[in-house]
Amino acid sequence: MMVRKVCVIGAGLTLFRRRMLETGKELSFEACRMALDSAGIQRKEVDSVVMGSAPDAFDGVHMKGEYLLDGAGGYKRPYSRVYVGGATGVYVPVSAWWHVASGMSDVCLAVAEEKMSPLQPHPQYAFWSIFDHHMERPLGVTLLWIFALEMRRYMAVHGIKEEEIAQVSVKNKHNAIDHPCAQLPAEITVEDVMKSEPMVWPVKRLDVSPPSDGAGAVILCSEEFAKKMTKEPIYVAGCGWNIDSTYWTNRDLYYPQYLENAAKMAYKQAGIANPRKEIDVAEVYDPFDYKELHHMEGLQLAKKGEAPKLTTAGVTQRNGELPINPSGGLLGVGNPIAAAGMMKVCEIYFQLTHQAGKRQVKKEVHTGLAQAWGDLMQYSSVFVMRRR
Amino acid sequence: MSERVKFFPGREIRSRSIDEVLASEYAADLKYSWASGAAMSRFLIELKNGRIIARKCNKCKRILLPPRIFCEDCFRETDGWFYVKDTGTVNTYSISYVAADASRLKEPLFVAVINIEGATEGMGFLHLLGEVSEKELKVGMRVGAVWKPEAERIGSILDIRYFKPI
Amino acid sequence: MPKQDVAIVGIGASRFDSITAGLSYKELMFEAAIRAYADAGIDVRYDVGSFICCAEDFWEGNSISDEYMPDQIGAKLRPLFTVSGDGLLGLAHAYMHVMAGVSDLVVVESHSKLSDVASKEKIEELGYDPTFARLPGIDPRYLAGLEMRRYMEESGSTHEDCAAVAVKNKRNALKNPRGVYAESLALGDVLDSEEIASPLTKGEMSQPADGSIVVAVASAKKARKLSDKPVWLSGISWFSDAPNVEEMDLGQALYASNSSRKAYSMAGITKPATQFDFAEIDDTYAYKELQHIESLGLAKRAGKFVSSGRANPDGAMPVNVSGGSLGTGHLVEASALARVYEAVLQLRGEAGPMQISSHKKCVVQSWRGIPTQSGVTAVLSSR
Repeated sequence: MMVRKVCVIGAGLTLFRRRMLETGKELSFEACRMALDSAGIQRKEVDSVVMGSAPDAFDGVHMKGEYLLDGAGGYKRPYSRVYVGGATGVYVPVSAWWHVASGMSDVCLAVAEEKMSPLQPHPQYAFWSIFDHHMERPLGVTLLWIFALEMRRYMAVHGIKEEEIAQVSVKNKHNAIDHPCAQLPAEITVEDVMKSEPMVWPVKRLDVSPPSDGAGAVILCSEEFAKKMTKEPIYVAGCGWNIDSTYWTNRDLYYPQYLENAAKMAYKQAGIANPRKEIDVAEVYDPFDYKELHHMEGLQLAKKGEAPKLTTAGVTQRNGELPINPSGGLLGVGNPIAAAGMMKVCEIYFQLTHQAGKRQVKKEVHTGLAQAWGDLMQYSSVFVMRRR
Repeated sequence: MSERVKFFPGREIRSRSIDEVLASEYAADLKYSWASGAAMSRFLIELKNGRIIARKCNKCKRILLPPRIFCEDCFRETDGWFYVKDTGTVNTYSISYVAADASRLKEPLFVAVINIEGATEGMGFLHLLGEVSEKELKVGMRVGAVWKPEAERIGSILDIRYFKPI
Repeated sequence: MPKQDVAIVGIGASRFDSITAGLSYKELMFEAAIRAYADAGIDVRYDVGSFICCAEDFWEGNSISDEYMPDQIGAKLRPLFTVSGDGLLGLAHAYMHVMAGVSDLVVVESHSKLSDVASKEKIEELGYDPTFARLPGIDPRYLAGLEMRRYMEESGSTHEDCAAVAVKNKRNALKNPRGVYAESLALGDVLDSEEIASPLTKGEMSQPADGSIVVAVASAKKARKLSDKPVWLSGISWFSDAPNVEEMDLGQALYASNSSRKAYSMAGITKPATQFDFAEIDDTYAYKELQHIESLGLAKRAGKFVSSGRANPDGAMPVNVSGGSLGTGHLVEASALARVYEAVLQLRGEAGPMQISSHKKCVVQSWRGIPTQSGVTAVLSSR
């Protein structure tokens, strides 16, 4: 079966902040309008819309996708909301890809939004209800617990030090200084991270990305349509996704097997045999600093336990051999759950089209990757784009 | 191509101006009573009896904990019940200084994934650690369940107070 | 010749009941999955390349509810995603997965465990815009009442016509093993039942039930290999109209007319009123079935059409022979997949005492419920 080639022709992104004046609908609208403008098209040319947003509990609105519909450009359109927890942001363009690749749409608008600030007393509270009714909720579990448990396991298996992990936070917050949407750009040191207050050890304040409000959008279309709009279309090269068992206490958390599966699915489609050599720049999901390292390994961009060494050697810096999170990542730009993944997709698009300004990586880039992660430490989505 | 994108939309509300912004409040009042189902019902009843029970799959020979009526690897019904021990090893641990609403706790909690002895290697669940100091904590340490007195047990994961070093 | 690119090759349903206290939602899903894979003759751990679940957080009582889906449907370490939509929208994504080459075998699951939900109306209230349309203290079905009145005004269908839908569907369900709310009623029983949101009465509202449905979808090549009775998904489309109560066209179901237009064009349907042998469509509320019959082009005057018996199992265009949601219970997001399940049984000639004589082609349609104007239309055929 001949599957259609799919291109990305525009991207939009709002500011990421702790609290935004705009409602979820308005944030979605701003991101969509910017993406449409950047593609040089109007909504009437959009055949279908895919929306992404994480738990309804943030907004206190049931069927949040339906509520956000008009802001997201879905009015009088085929519209659907896809949902894979924290991995949603990167999954929205993946879903848009199959809308176009299948021949169902020529132009598909992919928008991801998160407004975490409405939930009181704290957005973290929504995460209590992600846990198992019988086994976990009675214990007073928090999201930070399970990430700390995963971080500790990763450290224990490979003998990784907290200081090595802290380098990621230092790098990403520094990179974010050049990002116009960034919420927490900063020049910090490894020592600052080590001295920041412990939340759930080994996780400290500066190991973690902040809760945020924000939205992002990209436009996907058929190759034929893209060629009318631009001389240099960016192609969707590969998409992958995978979920592991919900029984997370039955898995060895030191390695994300589900991400390896998702990455291999995307690489197969993209014809990538050696990702370490063939991926030029990657936006890897970094809600916590150790996650960037963990995910580099799952993505086969580093061997198991090797990612901290590559970081120490400067390989992942913007001017390095394999720049990771040149945007500043979630640690620097902010973490409005679904929108954060979309920010990564936008960054790869900006990098491949040389629109990243001061963030533009030093090396010549042809192939870029965005990845996000979610659920009970069990889900990953991968989106690979390529410049011809 | 050069940098086309110059303006990024959005208006921030800073903490000091938060009261100047209109907001409508709503407190959701939602109630659920989740059916525990065949597997978890028995598990909870056994906790009340002071025992931990698992399910076994005769095909892959795994002893599954938490118990389920299906084997997710073989995709078939599991075959029977199997008592496991109430001891285990710490697979990983962390020290929590914050509560679910992100407020600070007075005393930190020790949290661990505990691989239970008798279940297949690597099978376990989340619980708390007690009667242990921060310095003693390590991955791989052996621990045992500290049960509530029988009269206080209700068929909950909290029927085990915590696990302590043994 | 309509498209024959994608087919349904296996279906499975768990027990349906108003309360399934002995089983967890996971166990209910497992029951449906085992049956669907046996029906399709597949080994889920080797043969399936993509899984799709259809769910909403508040119905589940879990945030990020998609995380609880994989194990009990065989999707551990496999590509799975959840769509916040009804089961028919899941089927639309499955169609696209096959056409985009994601996999030649895709599984769609949806379920309801409404018996776990102790505050259904509170959740429905949460569906409304928090600033403009959420009216605490007023039954959240108020919008259905408004819509029903507007529909009757515009269409000329009477309240008796609406009640006739409930009588028909609950009677049809008497022959359905999943007919949780099967009943033999007179028009007066329905009309005189408690008024919930005037003019809508309790007897005209589908009641909650538990159940899970799993459907396996394959490429043409794979379908011919797996099944001697593939059911072709020859057209499918989805559409959302206005999300705000103030802008909704309450008289008509624009989501149904718009989604059916594209689905029909994919399937080569030009005269829906005569080209379909039967219809399994949304009847969350009795008037909705009438509104949908008209918007789908199955009849111009749906009220008279149903009241005169033309939508009965032995009529010109049987509608909801299965009993619909009124007869088998409302399964929230899974209601649409229940319609698919019943339609496939009919198309294969396996509907037992419900079987109708002409059963080659049908329309299946869904609506996401208040306060939405979103829905999906699909065309299924046995050849």
